Amino acid sequence: MTTQHAPAGLIGASIRRVEDPVLVTGKGRYVDDVQLPGMLHMALLRSPYPHAKIISIDASAAKALPGVAAVLTGADINLNIPSPVMIPGQKIPPHPVLARGAVHAAGAPVAAVVARTRALAQDAANLIEVEYESLPSVVNAEKALEPGAPLAREELDSNVCYTAIKKGGDVDKAFAEADHIVRMHIASPRQVAMAIEPRGAVANPEPTGDLTVWLSTQSPHRVRADLSTALGFSEHRIRVIAPDVGGGFGSKGPLYREYVLACHFALKLRKPVKWVATRSEDFVTMIQGRDQAMTSELALKRDGTMTGLKVRVVANLGAYLCSNTAGPPQRMMAMAPGCYQIRNVHVEVVAVFTNTVSTGPYRGAGRPESVLNIERLVDQAARELGIDRLDIRRKNFILSNQFPYKTAVGVEYDSGAYEHSLDEALKLSNYDDLIRRRDAARARGELVGVGVSTFVEPSGGAGFESGTVRVERTGEITVLTGSSSHGQGHETMFAQIAAEKLRVSMDHVAIRHGDTLAVQQGVGTFGSRSAVMGGGALVIAIDRVVEKSRRFAAHLLEASHEDIVQTDGGFAVVGAPDKKVTWRQVAAAAYGRPVKGIEPGLQETVFFDPGREAWGFGSHVALVRIDRETGATKIEKLVLVDDCGVIINPMIVEGQIHGGLAQALGEAFCEQMIYGDDGEVLTSSLVNYAVPHAENMPPLILGETVTPNPFHPLGVKGVGEAATNGAPSAIANAMMDALAPLGIQHIDMPFTAPKLWSAIQNAPGVHKTS
Amino acid sequence: MFPASFEYHAARSVEEALDFLTKYGDDAKLLAGGHSLIPAMKLRLASPRYLIDIGRVPGLSGIRIDGDTLAIGALTVHVDIVHSDLIRQRVPGLSDAAGVIGDVQVRNRGTIGGSVAHADPAADFPVILAALNASFVAVSPSGKRTISVDDFFLDFYTTALAPNEVLTEIRVPLPPSGAGTAYHKMAHPASGYVVVSAGALVDRDSSGRCSSARIAIGGLGSGPLRAKATEAALHGQSLTPEVIAAAASKAADGANADDDVYASAEYKRHMATVLVRRAIDKASKK
Amino acid sequence: MNEEKLKLTITVNGVEHEAAVEARELLVYFLRDRLGLTGTHVGCDTSQCGACTIHLNGRAVKSCTILAVQANGAEVTTIEGLARGDTLHPVQEGFREKHGAQCGYCTPGMIMTAVHLLDKNPNPTEHEIRHALEGNLCRCTGYVNIVEAIKWAAEQIEK
Repeated sequence: MTTQHAPAGLIGASIRRVEDPVLVTGKGRYVDDVQLPGMLHMALLRSPYPHAKIISIDASAAKALPGVAAVLTGADINLNIPSPVMIPGQKIPPHPVLARGAVHAAGAPVAAVVARTRALAQDAANLIEVEYESLPSVVNAEKALEPGAPLAREELDSNVCYTAIKKGGDVDKAFAEADHIVRMHIASPRQVAMAIEPRGAVANPEPTGDLTVWLSTQSPHRVRADLSTALGFSEHRIRVIAPDVGGGFGSKGPLYREYVLACHFALKLRKPVKWVATRSEDFVTMIQGRDQAMTSELALKRDGTMTGLKVRVVANLGAYLCSNTAGPPQRMMAMAPGCYQIRNVHVEVVAVFTNTVSTGPYRGAGRPESVLNIERLVDQAARELGIDRLDIRRKNFILSNQFPYKTAVGVEYDSGAYEHSLDEALKLSNYDDLIRRRDAARARGELVGVGVSTFVEPSGGAGFESGTVRVERTGEITVLTGSSSHGQGHETMFAQIAAEKLRVSMDHVAIRHGDTLAVQQGVGTFGSRSAVMGGGALVIAIDRVVEKSRRFAAHLLEASHEDIVQTDGGFAVVGAPDKKVTWRQVAAAAYGRPVKGIEPGLQETVFFDPGREAWGFGSHVALVRIDRETGATKIEKLVLVDDCGVIINPMIVEGQIHGGLAQALGEAFCEQMIYGDDGEVLTSSLVNYAVPHAENMPPLILGETVTPNPFHPLGVKGVGEAATNGAPSAIANAMMDALAPLGIQHIDMPFTAPKLWSAIQNAPGVHKTS
Repeated sequence: MFPASFEYHAARSVEEALDFLTKYGDDAKLLAGGHSLIPAMKLRLASPRYLIDIGRVPGLSGIRIDGDTLAIGALTVHVDIVHSDLIRQRVPGLSDAAGVIGDVQVRNRGTIGGSVAHADPAADFPVILAALNASFVAVSPSGKRTISVDDFFLDFYTTALAPNEVLTEIRVPLPPSGAGTAYHKMAHPASGYVVVSAGALVDRDSSGRCSSARIAIGGLGSGPLRAKATEAALHGQSLTPEVIAAAASKAADGANADDDVYASAEYKRHMATVLVRRAIDKASKK
Repeated sequence: MNEEKLKLTITVNGVEHEAAVEARELLVYFLRDRLGLTGTHVGCDTSQCGACTIHLNGRAVKSCTILAVQANGAEVTTIEGLARGDTLHPVQEGFREKHGAQCGYCTPGMIMTAVHLLDKNPNPTEHEIRHALEGNLCRCTGYVNIVEAIKWAAEQIEK
């Protein structure tokens, strides 16, 4: 389904990626590919305990091992991961790079070794002896709020990190006057981002005293600032390079302890130091997603009109705060009413410390939880009130003519066409036929269900993004973007924008990112923000370059600058196409003999802040079949209709949806980070944490609607998280539809075969089959 | 990801391997394809001091007919069992089992001998080989012996092989011409290992009644379990769907399954009955 | 600690190399760190992800689960050895044409597995392609365009 939206132009065309010739030949350069002369390797000793006092550490055998350059424990180093105050009153317990006195999560580093080879560093780490005294631990956030629960962080007086509320309207009145109230408790499974490239860092002390650090990161500038704070080392003497980055999905956003340690060792030993995580290390130290438990009430009139919504979210933050750990629950709050006109809303988040790995943004980052919550509530309301699930949605949709629409929680949606989106999804799924198939199967006693989710998704995120457009002396174009790619195809997508707007060929444009020495301050890639934020910065910088170039062209062509227009490859005098100059000629003027009245040079930098998020939306439909005998599920049809405004490269957009969908299916059917009751990690590697394989992907139908973003110079909205946001809810609703005849109202994801079989066995009125 | 240090010796013959084993005793491990041992060594769950690589010992690889027996060299890689015409025709349950081990890359490298000697309770070969009444040829400095499958798998990761023995051959009696074989598996979605599996060998007499059946289950204990109640219930019966279902429903009788993170004991016992039924059904339709 | 070095002769991408390696050195690190062939990636430590897939004596294997010394005398092909000069292998071309790569980290392993598949089965069905990828994980593409890329390559090879 590759469509060309603007056949004549580059924007809207499925251009093959410029990144790929390097990647398909194995010439990509990732952090672990960086080899420096004399480089040392770091390994960590990590706590096997979720919560314990450290009684003693004996590192003498490790220090004595030939080939070991240095060993550090928490007694030797007092550096911490900085965490900003995101919510007033938020508690921020220490997040030391090496545990000092106690550990609060399994996997927390207790000692660090640097040695000549990776294997030697591991040998030495294994020789370190630590005596622990185990402390009571808590891993479930709701249990952590119960009276008498163990304290995850013993230095605090409770497990609550913060409580935040968003509200609007008169919720009490709405519930007092409601004809019907739907109540649900929904828990989203904790997920592991599992980018295929593990984290890594190479820290190189420069002869000048500066520090160069290669990091597998989504946010080179932000991480550099945090690294500077953590190390107490000047930000402007640190150069962070994010080379090719092998996926991130949010988990490569923050600064991690190991990065600080590698830099600390490099500065101290004056030698390059490399650390690359093993997959198992990433499982216990990299931020994980979801793990929010929602207790909700939806107030309705008898006719299905939604009048009030109350949500209490208990969010599991883990033991330590990373820079963005507090983020996802906030996101959850801001979109709680979804695409519906609910004027009385009260959302409370209680964010809780537990003895688990830190959570943080993972593809969706609060959005999938929020969509799951409202979409399950709406389906349950339809069921309880005996109203068709489509009718209840249509009855409550924010209508196309109501935009911009300010919700009860004070957020303004820019644009939308929710009914149109739903209609498109129904058409593509042949919805009536799905219902007929379900009913026929149900009559035969089979467990078949149809599910729908209609949802909104904010993209772009807070803050800014930067873009620089520089016309070089030859007239070639260099774009510097703060939006650092980790697989999304920025070098193609931004080049399409620049080439079209500058009217040059794409090979005339080079996109540079991921190097703090080359690129002005920037933010990075996460939260479906690159096209919106990086694209916005780019297009405004282009406008400014074009504007200035017209003045140089006017000078060269001895014309008035108002009469200068863009042509392919340069500029011309309006009405006199023969009177023209190329970009090369314009550049020669810009960098040559000064032109009176025009500042030399041809480079513009924009820090773009649209002041609002971009609200994409979509409608997803699923048809599922559950095998009663085994509990295994088959997705028989899956239709995703997404609206991300104007599309720059349809091929890349579809790729984003495909990838998000695989992660959505993982959430729905197999992925969950599991801890035992006493805090031990039970899914610590790819041997026991299941991610989808190629054979698990169902046939897929993608559709789109295009509602341009009226507040954006390109009309775009983000799409990177669309499938993770919408598809799990459609599947969950389909699953519950399939199980409805058995009297089952709700099961939390993931819908594993053993879990479903057990639910079927224990369902009201079902005779055991074995 | 980085194994502990060890001393490596590449044996050029079974005799040389035996010499190394005699010399190093319990500190030595045999290395064939390495697809059970090396993953454990990478996580330092295994740290042998001496590794005796028999991977290039001549004569230990290949599939041949020896009288009424299929003889499979211990170093034969899984993929060769999957694609062997001989096995596909005569013992399809064995090639089916080989075909669901790990993944393509693992099957290209892992060996049948390594797999059975490792005796992982979640491995595929032990289960189908138990159903097929296989036996194992082991060579030690004192000579050669053949161990029946029923005596081979002793416990979790434990076989009847002595520390100074090398497994050289897996022998599978060729099923009679009317008999069928099958293997069905529920794989763990992450590891691909067995959650529950079932292997079946079903023979019928001229009247179509079951003259003998060997049924084995994986995933419910420390190694392959014979479903003897099921075997008995099939004996002498016409293999109607009802008979098969009734027999299969006894598959987990007496088996001790454990709850684990993925599946409950109850689910595993239930799945044993399902997979056994499917395996018998397939084997009886040969 | 036993760091005694063992002699190794190995042919990689048609070039014979002699080296002295530690017994515990995994083939993947020998290729990456010694020969600088960093296209072969490491994505896990439990032999699941397939990012390290290479061809050993013509068969796709996971180079993270093989000791370098086990490959003594062997012929190895890595992702760097697939193209002929500037001419990409059809599978590589397919990944470009069909957007089979996003972050690119799983890509070399995926390509090596796919080449092995097409060597054995030049006309695979979609099901066979998906099944052949059971030992390779991708987290970016949902496999959709990887499968399309392999189909495309099969068609090109047929021509």
